[in-house]
Amino acid sequence: MIPGISIYEILTVTSILFFIGVYGFITRKNLISILMSVELILNASVINFVIINKYLYPDMLQGVLFSLFIIAVAAAETALAVSIIINLYRQISSVEVKDIETMKH
Amino acid sequence: MERVIFYILALIMIVFAIASVTSRKMLRSVIYLLFVLCGIAGVYFLIDYNFLAAIQLTVYAGGIIVLIIFSVLLVHHIEMELEIAKPSKQIITTIACLLGLGVFLTTIYAHEFNVVENSLTTTTAEIGTKLLSYDAGGFILPFEVISVLLLAAMVGAIIIAKGRKLEERSQKSEDSSI
Amino acid sequence: MNFSNIILIPLVPLAVFLLLGIFNQKIKPAVSGYIGVAGLLTSTLFSFYTAYQYFFVHGKINGVYQTFVEKTVWMNFTETLRIDMGVLIDPISVMMLIVVSTVSLMVHIYSRGYMKGDDGYTKFFAFLSLFSFSMYGLVLATNLFQIYIFWELVGVSSYLLIGYYYTKPSAVAAAKKAFIVTRFADLGFLIGILIMGYYTGTYDFEILNNPEGDAILNWASTSFMGLSALTWGLILIFLGGAGKSAMFPFHIWLPDAMEGPTPVSALIHAATMVVAGVFLVARLFPLYYFVENGFALNIVAYVGAFSSLFAAIIAITQTDIKRVLAFSTMSQLGYMMLALGVSGYDDHEGLGYMASMFHLFTHAMFKALLFLGAGSVIHAVHSNYLKDMGGLRKYMPITHITFLIAALAIAGVPPFAGFFSKDEILVAAFEHNKLIYFIGVFVAGLTAFYMFRIYFGIFWGKETKYERKPHESPISMTFPLMVLALLSIVGGFIPFSEFVTADKATFEAHLNYPLAAVAVGVGLIGIILAWIFYKKENDLADKLANFFGLFYKWTSDKFYFDEIYLFVTKKILFNLVSAPIAKFDKKYVDGTMEGIGNKTVWTSDKIKGLQSGKVQDYGFAFIAGVVIIALVFIYLWTN
Repeated sequence: MIPGISIYEILTVTSILFFIGVYGFITRKNLISILMSVELILNASVINFVIINKYLYPDMLQGVLFSLFIIAVAAAETALAVSIIINLYRQISSVEVKDIETMKH
Repeated sequence: MERVIFYILALIMIVFAIASVTSRKMLRSVIYLLFVLCGIAGVYFLIDYNFLAAIQLTVYAGGIIVLIIFSVLLVHHIEMELEIAKPSKQIITTIACLLGLGVFLTTIYAHEFNVVENSLTTTTAEIGTKLLSYDAGGFILPFEVISVLLLAAMVGAIIIAKGRKLEERSQKSEDSSI
Repeated sequence: MNFSNIILIPLVPLAVFLLLGIFNQKIKPAVSGYIGVAGLLTSTLFSFYTAYQYFFVHGKINGVYQTFVEKTVWMNFTETLRIDMGVLIDPISVMMLIVVSTVSLMVHIYSRGYMKGDDGYTKFFAFLSLFSFSMYGLVLATNLFQIYIFWELVGVSSYLLIGYYYTKPSAVAAAKKAFIVTRFADLGFLIGILIMGYYTGTYDFEILNNPEGDAILNWASTSFMGLSALTWGLILIFLGGAGKSAMFPFHIWLPDAMEGPTPVSALIHAATMVVAGVFLVARLFPLYYFVENGFALNIVAYVGAFSSLFAAIIAITQTDIKRVLAFSTMSQLGYMMLALGVSGYDDHEGLGYMASMFHLFTHAMFKALLFLGAGSVIHAVHSNYLKDMGGLRKYMPITHITFLIAALAIAGVPPFAGFFSKDEILVAAFEHNKLIYFIGVFVAGLTAFYMFRIYFGIFWGKETKYERKPHESPISMTFPLMVLALLSIVGGFIPFSEFVTADKATFEAHLNYPLAAVAVGVGLIGIILAWIFYKKENDLADKLANFFGLFYKWTSDKFYFDEIYLFVTKKILFNLVSAPIAKFDKKYVDGTMEGIGNKTVWTSDKIKGLQSGKVQDYGFAFIAGVVIIALVFIYLWTN
């Protein structure tokens, strides 16, 4: 508990962070930037887990443990994404989204 | 006191998050993201989850950000300017995001949270015990699954990143066998 | 007596067709020939066994042949109106089984020699088997609809076999012509079937043909434009029969059908398929006889007589031997039709019916023999034209003798088969209608003349300079000739009135000596005239042709019937009827459809931007969608 700060204010901050991430995910044209936006979205939701655990069920640890797992999964995901980006860069010398549209066919 | 700190942290997070998703310089954008992640770690400190804050700092700030910086350096010139989306698309996206935010916030504020006043401190030992417990409510199974996932991700990352070289090598061996 | 295993007779050729058709490329030509012959041999043995069982053991009860039917319901419309599949055994179907089996088997054996070395050898046997299957199905049909199905199947086989040399444009054109002309006639058949079904409530032959049945007793209850509806139905059905049997005015396809291989002409366009029309009228004979006091039957008689005369006149002037035979076939089919037309029903009155079936039987034998003989000649000299032949008797003794036998048979010289059947026909005609009788006698003379014209032209006359010396055909080709020649000699002695009669009761038929003498005399005159004109090389024939002048020209151009049809279809139908319809179709029907298509393309062009392939666009759509759904559920979904 942060003295003087209600759960509403914290949730407001995380919601704002989440939508900034969404905005980045949609507008950026670069794979690495998109990856970063995804990290932002993930982090915003992780805070929510932790905050709700702390404010509503302080005698439990589920939220904390879940955020640990999310961090681990995010790390694995980032590692794979970066390796894919590097491989792609080797193949087509670009990491711009517009160059990898071939999936649509 | 904590209140002031939280507001400062919130301000830092939001400002740098916006800067991160709008900056046209790749490397700066990554550094702004680093600040946001550190701010989040600060929030964890404020609510007394020291272990989680430490994890946040080491894994995100220390690991993921470094990884992203490496990939940026591998595929970009540092000074390269990024393309940005068309203004119309930016506006539409902004409107959609604001609308979504409105929905979120009105829903949150309309809900009566059953807040429990407390000042409990969670130690690392508690977390560790819970994580490795196989009693009811223990997390041993997800813990093991995550470890397998991390191993698989590691192997996958290596293979994907080295894919071309492996191919070449196998081709070479085929050539020599012929 | 259970005749259900008779179903094997059509099914064996069907199996052979499927086997040869599916494994067309895998089977060696030599093997496929044996498979085809073996299949047909099986069916033939079954047919003869069935005939023996039917005629001599089980068929006759109290001197009347019974009708055996084995069938399963296929489509059930009402209590009586239903379409069955099955086999019907009665004297004419058993007789047709014998005819089809014998000729088809001989043609199969013959084809093994005639088609040797041809590229489509296996395909040819597959088609022959398909035809045999269809023909068996046709003669065994139990109702009008079943006969119609097999009717079309023989049409298809005929189309395939006429167009067998599909690289030759004339063969393709002939195949199309045969198909379209018979198709046109079959339209009448189909309408006739529907009329019969509507007014009598059944398709079943047994019920339709019952002289005490509703169909025959109540024919007068319906009328349409002065005639009974049933009469109209029967006339339309006869239209279909006329198309298949090349009666005037649907005869134009038969001469062109000679583009097919000669064994095909022998099997389909001489002995079996073309008699389907006669068979159809015979099958419905009680209806034809009783409804409207035989009004439709009179039409049959006159159409038959006219076609017979018409074809015989044209046959005299043709120079392609296969075309002569084709017109001769048409003429003899006309003979059978007129015999049916002058027939009565009871006892001795049914002489014409019996004579028609008798002539069908003997004609199948000697006409198949003529065609196969002609094929043997064509095989030797590689030409269809009379001018390329002459003096062949020294080179091809077996073909010569067998051809002579067949020619004597068709000319009606005793004791060959044609004499007996033709005599019965003339007797029946004499008793009923003198005009038709005189036409018949005249045609008999013409027949003798043109047959011996080509006989002398091929085997006697001036010897043409042959590039390669002609030689006798191999045994696989001469063997069927000899078998058929034997049948042409002894076939006439079969007491047909003991087996096939209109009311299925047997009677004694005797030769009518004065009438027989007249017929034989006329035939002999024809032969002697041919002898004078063509035995030795002379210019008598040319003089005669010049004497007739324009008439000769008309005749050799087949009275310009092809041209008239072409004029009617191309100039009148195509320009005045089809062209405006085509224009309407193109402009409005197609225009509408194309407009819809174009609009679809246009729309898809506009909306295909949605499928950009960019994950971000999909992500945007996803998030916008989630927000909207959340809005709806939270704020608008208030019960």
